[in-house]
Amino acid sequence: MEMPQPDSTVLAKKDRIVSHLLRILPADAVISDPAETRAYECDALTAYRCPPLAAVLPSSTQEVSAILKLCHAEGVPVVPRGSGTSLAGGALPTADSVILGVARMNGVLETDYDNRFIRVQTGRTNLSVTGAVEEEDFFYAPDPSSQLACAIAGNIAMNSGGAHCLKYGVTTNNLMGATVVLMDGTVIELGGAHLDAPGVDLLGVICGSEGQLGVVTEATLRILHKPEGALPMLVGFDSNATAGACVADIIKAGVLPVAIEFMDRPILQIAENFAKAGYPDCEALLVIEVEGSDVEIADQLARITAIAQTHNPVEIRQAGSPSESAAIWLGRKSAFGAVGQVADYMCLDGTIPVSELPKVLDGIQALSEKYGLKVGNVFHAGDGNMHPLIMFDANKPGDLELCEAMGADILRLCVEVGGCLTGEHGVGIEKRDLMVDQYTPADLEAQMAVKDVFDPAWLLNPAKVFPLAVTASRRALAIAAQ
Amino acid sequence: MALDGMTPRDESDLAEAIRSTEGGLSVSGGGTRGGRGTGANLSVRAMRGVRLYEPGAMTLVAAAGTPLSEIETVLASEGQRLAFEPMDHRVLLGTQGDPTLGGVYSTNTSGPRRIQAGAMRDFALGVRFVDGMGNIVQNGGRVMKNVTGYDLVKMLAGSRGTLGVVTEVALKVQPAPETLCTLSISVADPVEGVRALSAALGSPFDVTGAAFANGLAHVRVEGFENSVAYRAGQLKDRLSGFGEITLSSDPSLWADIRDLRMFSNVDGDVWKISVKPSDGPVVMARLPGDAVLDWGGGLVWACVPTGTDVATALQGLAGHATCVRGNGGAMGEQDSAVRSLIDGLKAKFDPRGILNPGVTS
Repeated sequence: MEMPQPDSTVLAKKDRIVSHLLRILPADAVISDPAETRAYECDALTAYRCPPLAAVLPSSTQEVSAILKLCHAEGVPVVPRGSGTSLAGGALPTADSVILGVARMNGVLETDYDNRFIRVQTGRTNLSVTGAVEEEDFFYAPDPSSQLACAIAGNIAMNSGGAHCLKYGVTTNNLMGATVVLMDGTVIELGGAHLDAPGVDLLGVICGSEGQLGVVTEATLRILHKPEGALPMLVGFDSNATAGACVADIIKAGVLPVAIEFMDRPILQIAENFAKAGYPDCEALLVIEVEGSDVEIADQLARITAIAQTHNPVEIRQAGSPSESAAIWLGRKSAFGAVGQVADYMCLDGTIPVSELPKVLDGIQALSEKYGLKVGNVFHAGDGNMHPLIMFDANKPGDLELCEAMGADILRLCVEVGGCLTGEHGVGIEKRDLMVDQYTPADLEAQMAVKDVFDPAWLLNPAKVFPLAVTASRRALAIAAQ
Repeated sequence: MALDGMTPRDESDLAEAIRSTEGGLSVSGGGTRGGRGTGANLSVRAMRGVRLYEPGAMTLVAAAGTPLSEIETVLASEGQRLAFEPMDHRVLLGTQGDPTLGGVYSTNTSGPRRIQAGAMRDFALGVRFVDGMGNIVQNGGRVMKNVTGYDLVKMLAGSRGTLGVVTEVALKVQPAPETLCTLSISVADPVEGVRALSAALGSPFDVTGAAFANGLAHVRVEGFENSVAYRAGQLKDRLSGFGEITLSSDPSLWADIRDLRMFSNVDGDVWKISVKPSDGPVVMARLPGDAVLDWGGGLVWACVPTGTDVATALQGLAGHATCVRGNGGAMGEQDSAVRSLIDGLKAKFDPRGILNPGVTS
């Protein structure tokens, strides 16, 4: 993965930058020893590593502002970091950058059940937002699978989704307000406990901008009362196409499950060997979860069962007890870990129109044969967010590159059928160079114009989202201006 | 070309019109919102039609000039609907024309269901537009989960045509429910009303409407028949302490609240005020005239004597206010740093300042 040449003038003044940082932060919040900065050399995309110049761990919005003001004045790139769980390299440093980690800013600032919001510092983990309100039976809906570790800051940067967004939406649909620090240190407040400010929706464009427009330090999030109950069922099918058709029929019938998860045969085999969930022997399996009271759950499951029966199912299984519910989810929840036991793998994240599911699964199979790499599919079928897992051997020279090439072809296929490169992981560095496959030069120019306004010197989270060739002239101009 | 201005037939026609114009352009959809900016009229109404509809994927793509009524008819044929329940401004403003997709998108217009389902912008999956230099730009797509690049779909929703002229919008749609039930609770005052609405919205019963008007707190549930019956029963038990409750399955109550039918024949300025729900009764108490609360109390629709100084009355409350009938303008929220970001975006997307001059973005 090509990264820009580090700025030698920044590297040369490391000592001065660190001493300035120590003037605005306590000593234990500034990390500059190369032995310690290595802890920040990568995120969850571990194939790419680069220790930063330094890392800082501020405790307040004011400290974040002071850090950014300093880095702006010195022309130092800044890479914001939540918990470092990005699968796309969204928090990968450059050698001349300062990592700005918000992990210490994890407090709850305000909880308001009458008005149904919580205000938190963004270093707080996703799951602990729900943890802060569950004594009143409330929860925060977006639930990325890394929710135990991932921070709200990263959720906002990547507009994270999760298994339940078919019903509850993704981060942007649950984010009501934010305190944002711009690269020059300016602090702005957007939205809050009230809804829908008129005019240009800055909050809407900051959410999902991968930390390139500002550092979000505080967030107002919508909280909801938990449903009375939830219950999963599973349905096995003799082909991927039939399973896909069943998903479309469920949605057309007006039933809106909270989750519809899809697994194909390769994944089912690996997950079954690993977790022994007792799944039926079939080509494709759906795990469907519905919510509500006992009566409502029974009614929805009956409707889904009636639809599934018109698709010649291999097996339909409803959970009758909590342990049976857990068993239905077991294989799905352990799928990624199970694949990790048998191979190194790369997890893709393209989204497709649900109607194109059979075609895309066939296309992925053909690419698997062409490249000679095994692939399994486990994904959120209700919203078309695919997660093909390409299996390879990291110790075999050339296998990672082969896997990346195959991944790129799969994502191009997603775009070709009317979908997109990434549904919830973000572009980061991983899919940066594929942006030209989804967007025209004018489309990218419009997005970069937004970056020009928020961060004219192009210092925030460098080398992510846009292909380097596309940003080259802007970066050169910014450096010249320094 | 229409007599009163430009009516481009398609996107490239529009791009050419924008490139070649020298003066300002006042962009309109169905024209149901009345007032317009200065400049020659540019209507998108000739760009119309549903271009793609996949009920099984809950997605619909249509040209910006497509009347909402046409979209709603197509959706109804498959038992689906628009979730965000947009207001029809003709009722309040006495205007003509048909509300269009481009119009509701550019103003991020959402009705009572906003409190549960989300705003119009939450249902916009993709957009095509022509910027102020005549560049054709696409952002987002037609899939429900998409984080590929910056979200200009959200940024433009509500920007009132000041950054670009929208030509096409892709929407997420929703299954239409089998039935609905409204609980109308006779409450002592607006404070009690909002308490009742908060109790309903803070329950697990998936309330899709929560409004207060004329001493009644209205709570709506929608869905399959037995589910609606169950939830209405549960809510009735929980809310009985607030006052006498009557049940109704008549949807017209919500259309009237959405369109402000109660103010259509009453003189005065009408303001849309967005605050924290528990501040709704505070706003009501400070303003003269009549008011209706929606969104659990967070949206105050106030009908006040013409020229009432609403800005002074709202001092100290967080939120924002827009005068939708009358000449009160808008207020709240944008400090100078936010304003300069928006001005910066305007300078990038429309450097000549030709799109909707006089309209605040």
